[in-house]
Amino acid sequence: MQPLLITDYTYTSCLAAGREQNWQAIQAGSSKLKPCDFYDISDLSTWVGEVSDLDTPLPQPLSHFDCRNNRLAWLALQQDDFLAQAKIAVQRYGASRVAVFVGTSTSGIHETEKAYFETHHENAALPEWYNYQTTHNVYSSASFTAFATGAAGPASAISTACSSSAKVFASAQRAIASGLCDAAIVGGVDSLCLTTLYGFHALQLISANPCKPFDTHRDGINIGEGAGFAILEKSDAPHLAGSQHPQLLGYGESSDAYHMSSPHPDGRGAFQAMTMALHKAGLDSENINYINLHGTGTPANDSAESAAVAKLFKNNCPASSTKGWTGHTLGAAGIIEIAICLQALQHNIAPKNKNLEQQDPNSQINILKNNYSGPLQYALSNSFGFGGSNCSLVVGVK
Amino acid sequence: MLSVSIESIGIAAPGLNGWKESAKVLNGTADYCPEPLQKYKPSLLPPNERRRATELVRMAFRVCEDAFTQRPDEDAAQYATVFASSGGDYPIIDQICRSLCEPERLVSPTRFHNSVHNSAAGYWSIAVGGQCASTSLSAHDASFSAGLLEAMTYCQLEQQPCLLAVYDICPPEPLQAKRNIPVEFGTALLLKPIATEQSLATIRLQGFCNNDITSLASPPLETLRQQNPAARSLTLLTCIAQQKSSTVIFENGFQNIVLEVTP
Repeated sequence: MQPLLITDYTYTSCLAAGREQNWQAIQAGSSKLKPCDFYDISDLSTWVGEVSDLDTPLPQPLSHFDCRNNRLAWLALQQDDFLAQAKIAVQRYGASRVAVFVGTSTSGIHETEKAYFETHHENAALPEWYNYQTTHNVYSSASFTAFATGAAGPASAISTACSSSAKVFASAQRAIASGLCDAAIVGGVDSLCLTTLYGFHALQLISANPCKPFDTHRDGINIGEGAGFAILEKSDAPHLAGSQHPQLLGYGESSDAYHMSSPHPDGRGAFQAMTMALHKAGLDSENINYINLHGTGTPANDSAESAAVAKLFKNNCPASSTKGWTGHTLGAAGIIEIAICLQALQHNIAPKNKNLEQQDPNSQINILKNNYSGPLQYALSNSFGFGGSNCSLVVGVK
Repeated sequence: MLSVSIESIGIAAPGLNGWKESAKVLNGTADYCPEPLQKYKPSLLPPNERRRATELVRMAFRVCEDAFTQRPDEDAAQYATVFASSGGDYPIIDQICRSLCEPERLVSPTRFHNSVHNSAAGYWSIAVGGQCASTSLSAHDASFSAGLLEAMTYCQLEQQPCLLAVYDICPPEPLQAKRNIPVEFGTALLLKPIATEQSLATIRLQGFCNNDITSLASPPLETLRQQNPAARSLTLLTCIAQQKSSTVIFENGFQNIVLEVTP
């Protein structure tokens, strides 16, 4: 496929706001995952990755979008000078030529939860302050991003559970290649809410301890919140001649067609997605220097993903899940983890798989117990979600 | 610009139950009598999944099965899918939020996995054994045109057939008061990159504009078109039912899109 330049990117997680601050935290080895006390929850024994500084309402003229999810998006947009760069791109190409694709799983559902809490006793109408369209509706995250940046091209919120913000790269690439737009602002944002905390608890998928992806004793996920954004542009754009930017080289999308909330045990769909991403990038598995695994820390995911990665990469390619740092940021995981891949390529350091003590002997892949240093040119990132939705991305540097 | 062929259509709404009958209503040869839809039992879902399937999933299956039933020569497993819905499963969201208000906060695991926006797409892939790419999206009231653009770009760039399903059901109270969708509506289009002998129409994206969006001549159908985001598709479906060449303008977020329809 026609590679796209990733001319700017940023992300915010429980570790920190901004990409350099996150990378430094990862290098320092410290985690900010903590026992869950979100929204005064006291009956869930789990750890979460909570972003601080989300108490300030959104400023005018964005205040009608105010909710935890859009505050998190706003916090992320303001880091690394990203918002200014996005506005420059909008100015350069013209607003209608810049598309917006944002991935989210639950958007601002926490507003609806709070609205129900306030009124359910009386079985009354939802409160006056509650605005469904600009907060909870899935599209709110994309609409907010478009308003904040001024982009006015085609806009969609992609919501395929935990693959959402990986798939925004695929949709953006197609939109640009087909001429619908000249550039795209892609993003992903998901914030803590009771629906996911109690929902994953009901499925017995949350861990009472810090998550341990690919460890023998892994027992579930830590839900995290986070947001990330990137600007994608055509490599032949005149103003980019001679510039050095990392590239989106390939994507692969597949469906498990197996089960709504468990992966195919052999990682069938994961294998297809990775194979297609390599094919689109024109690369072989030996070319990949680092894999950022989906690695949620559930027994089923890590076992299925190990099978798929082992089938394609043997035990060769350095790989890690970074969810021991960020928690599982669900619909934001795709873009946050591609951002970590870009930093790995930039620094020639692949981050270790945090909290790995004893690798599951059934996981026959090269999980990094320590940071790996070496020349890194190409990285692959996996994102898989409920409903059997899989997406793999390949990025690279010249 | 983008151009794809529409190979088959599925539709479901009160008074528009299945494409075969609905085409007559839309081309004016039959009266529009908005009788409520009867409960639908998806024929492709395995019993386990059928039991768990929500009203929203059944709506999605109703229109997808309608589209494929008319083209038994087509293998649903070979189709990539785009599922577009403005708000997804409102009744499930309502039920989960009610559960969270109880002291125990017991969320049903089945309800939780049904709450994801791509639930219908997940069930569909399981039902037909479809392992192709699948995207679920929302663009609020412009979800039909956003889904159509996503499906058209996929179809043309990947040179693969693509199923587009667009649907919204009525939110229950108290959500209905905050998101008013008074009538259910669903449609499904089978798209191919190149027309076949059985094609219903070819659609081509002419571009973007700020001109008024196209409306329908029939007052009750125009009301329906405005009442449900998925029913915005009716202007395109009416052109196809009437087998006439025309251009249709859809709302698409910040600018409108112009579509050229050729039978």
